[in-house]
Amino acid sequence: MINQILYFFSFPNVQYALIVGILIALCSSLLGVTLVLKRFSFIGDGLSHVAFGALAIAMVLKLTNTMIIVLPVTVLTAILLLRSGQNTKIKGDASLAMISVGSLALGYLIINLFAKSANISGDVCSTLFGSTSILTLKSTDVWICGIMSILVIVLFLVFYRQIFAVTFDENFAAATGVRANLYNLLIAVITAIVIVVAMNLVGSLLISALVIFPALSAMRIFKNFKSVILCSAIISTVAAFLGIVLSIPGQGAPVGSSIVAVNIVFFLIFSLIGRILGGKS
Amino acid sequence: MAQLVCRDLALGYDGKTVAEHISFEVSKGNYLCIVGENGSGKSTLVKTLLHLKRPLSGSLEFGDGLAQNKIGYLPQQTIVQRDFPASVREVVLSGCLNRGGFRPFYNKAEKALAAEAMEKMGITALAGRCYRELSGGQQQRVLLARALCATRELLLLDEPVAGLDPKVTKEMYELIKQLNQEGITIIMVSHDVGAAIRYASHILHVSREPLFFGTTEEYVKTPAGAAFAALGGEQL
Repeated sequence: MINQILYFFSFPNVQYALIVGILIALCSSLLGVTLVLKRFSFIGDGLSHVAFGALAIAMVLKLTNTMIIVLPVTVLTAILLLRSGQNTKIKGDASLAMISVGSLALGYLIINLFAKSANISGDVCSTLFGSTSILTLKSTDVWICGIMSILVIVLFLVFYRQIFAVTFDENFAAATGVRANLYNLLIAVITAIVIVVAMNLVGSLLISALVIFPALSAMRIFKNFKSVILCSAIISTVAAFLGIVLSIPGQGAPVGSSIVAVNIVFFLIFSLIGRILGGKS
Repeated sequence: MAQLVCRDLALGYDGKTVAEHISFEVSKGNYLCIVGENGSGKSTLVKTLLHLKRPLSGSLEFGDGLAQNKIGYLPQQTIVQRDFPASVREVVLSGCLNRGGFRPFYNKAEKALAAEAMEKMGITALAGRCYRELSGGQQQRVLLARALCATRELLLLDEPVAGLDPKVTKEMYELIKQLNQEGITIIMVSHDVGAAIRYASHILHVSREPLFFGTTEEYVKTPAGAAFAALGGEQL
């Protein structure tokens, strides 16, 4: 078993995939803390469905690089959603659900009507649940994912204080002269990038798990923002590594669901520890 | 010159007016209390003073060295904050953010400022504690310390004693009074008219026409104010 895993890791493809997988997990977990605290857990889910719709259009148009359509559409939707959801909670919720389900349905419709692929259900399945094997990622995908992930991580580090302030108390930040709307916009754009990038790894239905599980696990135990962020990043990285390793030895375990499964196990363990330590859950 | 001058403000949502003909001014060192019943437009007035909302008409001007980023704000608690994992130190430090700069961390001067604000509010011992696990009074002190990091000119307090028990309420009022005596201008929104009469130097009554704006001595001579003074300043 160990030898088999080591053998797989000797391939540069696997190494790249592992690096990218971990980078994606890292940036989605960083952002996850903010999204969960801002009550935006479902934004990731909604956006990923929009990305699926955009991907369907890109597939029908036979674009070699689907990112050209998927990224701008998702970013734009994220900006619109976060803007409308600021002060009108119920309205934002409803519009999110509407856009999310709508694009999922239309995407599937478009693929079935226009795509000439022989294996439509296979294509759809891999966009919804992620590549069945990490090796099916194309090298351009790997590079784009890597660069985008690093961009997100750098942006997050540079604007860490602003992101904290806008998450904790948007009105106070705006009232004391911090440009809260600008940073909300930044959060929206980063969210969209993370969603699009993570779609390659875990598929559009499972992205939310990558975003919310590490944050929720970390919050079971840690009680200040910095530790929650750090812990969430570590959990996510370890979970991504274990998930990818579990899916490699050819037992047919898909990468996306393996990573999510590991995340669920972490969440249960952290909940238990949190309860034992006497934290109010 | 006054720090803040409002002339004939009209406030409202979506074109619907909730309050109008609001005129008042605040000078350095004043303690203005804005009183009125729920729904009388107090919160909208606060949002307008903070430039989070535009007035429907009328003007709002800063003077005497006051600017938008020199206002400290003590907001009412939001739902998000009730389960937010943040230490007291992190919350207080976030008040320093309006000093600008694109660094991922706070510098020495800002940390010193936060430490001083926590000392002043008597919460230094709580610095490492989790904000959401504190009592209501302690949380208000933390938010007050954060506001002090943002400014030393003017504090705008939105219902600072809402949900606090009588003993903690009194401590909170004393703390605010002490800040005012150090020269910080205070604008407090409250429906506690009794406390307003006891502590404020000026009162703005926004609930019904005719609106009142003037010093506290003048206010207790009006019918509404006299009724409260006679009651011994009980809560509305």
